[in-house]
Amino acid sequence: MGRLITEGLRTICGGPFSFSVEHGECVAISGPSGCGKTLLLRALADLDPAEGRVRLNGEDRAEMPAPLWRRRVGWLPAESAWWFDRVGDHFLKSQRSKVEGRRSGEQKLPMLGDVASTLGKLGFGEDVLEWRVERLSTGEKQRLALFRLLLNEPEVLLLDEPTAALDRTHIHLAEEVIASYLKTTAASVLWVSHDPDQIARVADRHLQLWEGA
Amino acid sequence: MNSIIELSPFDLSLAALLVVALAWVSRKLQLKIGGRLLLSAVRTVIQLSLIGFVLKALFESTEAGWVALMALVMILAAGREVRARQKHRLRGPWSFGIGLSAMFISSFAVTVLALAVMIHAEPWYAPRYAIPLLGMLLGNTMNGVSLAVNQLTQNVRSQRAVIETRLALGQTKSEAIDDIRRESIRTGLIPIINAMAAAGLVSLPGMMTGQILAGNLPADAAKYQILIMFLIAGGTGFGMLVAVWMTSHRLFDDRDRLRLERLTISD
Repeated sequence: MGRLITEGLRTICGGPFSFSVEHGECVAISGPSGCGKTLLLRALADLDPAEGRVRLNGEDRAEMPAPLWRRRVGWLPAESAWWFDRVGDHFLKSQRSKVEGRRSGEQKLPMLGDVASTLGKLGFGEDVLEWRVERLSTGEKQRLALFRLLLNEPEVLLLDEPTAALDRTHIHLAEEVIASYLKTTAASVLWVSHDPDQIARVADRHLQLWEGA
Repeated sequence: MNSIIELSPFDLSLAALLVVALAWVSRKLQLKIGGRLLLSAVRTVIQLSLIGFVLKALFESTEAGWVALMALVMILAAGREVRARQKHRLRGPWSFGIGLSAMFISSFAVTVLALAVMIHAEPWYAPRYAIPLLGMLLGNTMNGVSLAVNQLTQNVRSQRAVIETRLALGQTKSEAIDDIRRESIRTGLIPIINAMAAAGLVSLPGMMTGQILAGNLPADAAKYQILIMFLIAGGTGFGMLVAVWMTSHRLFDDRDRLRLERLTISD
């Protein structure tokens, strides 16, 4: 049985999509701009109304409160949004307790390992939590948004061009962090990318979208 | 009681010249608002002259049914006005309905409370108190309510990415929109807070001025003005809470999705 199964999913501009993604599998999605890749991810995260069924480990998402679904099926938008002044304030209360728990040395993220080491792997020191959002570059925001998403420990990652704003070094860092997250948690990934080399590096399977089909 | 100096039509025409002059200047400056300015000036003349006759008849009859009808017309007009002041309004009957409920709470309920509990008019719906009081509350709370709802919908539109990111991280609709909601309510409360702070020092509010012109003792007029200010503050606040709460809920669906297409694009 597949982990994430969609049946007859219709987004605003395309479908029906029926496919499944297995545990620990990384599926790349590519296709020309405007063919509905982002809309597909949004529909999977239940952020746009869509017809059809989506199940996670056999559980229908209609049976589950939407916020819970989104925590388990985590969407990383192409452009990250920040709303507080301080970077560290953007981690939800449940997350913040983990972050602050790390400081007192008690709690570790069961799946993600040590928060500090994950931040390190993404190229940040611990002090980044005290940084002000306005001094972040687009690439730093993108890496921190990935970190913010992983703190939720989602079972499925929906990544919309997660490395588009990164330089070569940081692309590899981000790919490694995602790969090791997959390995330790057996999470599934849908990865929208325009880069054939990246798709060859990270994906087990490749879906191509044409005009929403 | 010394009676008020009567204004002749000539005096009013002199005042009207000011508006005409302003319309002429705005035409020269291509502000494209001269037409609307003149139109609303004409509306003021017609509406206020008519209401003069209506009130005269109403005060003589003191029939509860007529007072209720008058109040109903005023509230409906206010609900429509709140809706008209939105740049982006909810589609369908929602925007009018929400404006109407907010005005009902902010003005109708507060007026009834004031008449019955504080003023002790006899009967409590005596039109000489009820109608001016209701009108004043409607006129003033309308500003705060429409300001707050306008702020809410504008911010939701401009901060769509933020709201959706928060939703995507597993926040509920209330958590995702809470900051915006609080900000809108603060914005809506600012005019009445400013009005209360400036009352008497910078501005003499209209009702008090009217009473003083009519020959009442300034100290008595002040008491009424204080009452009115408090009623406006309370009415604005509670009406706004309801309007902002209802609007923000209507912006999401039962799966906590942000549904911006429920707002009109713009006028």
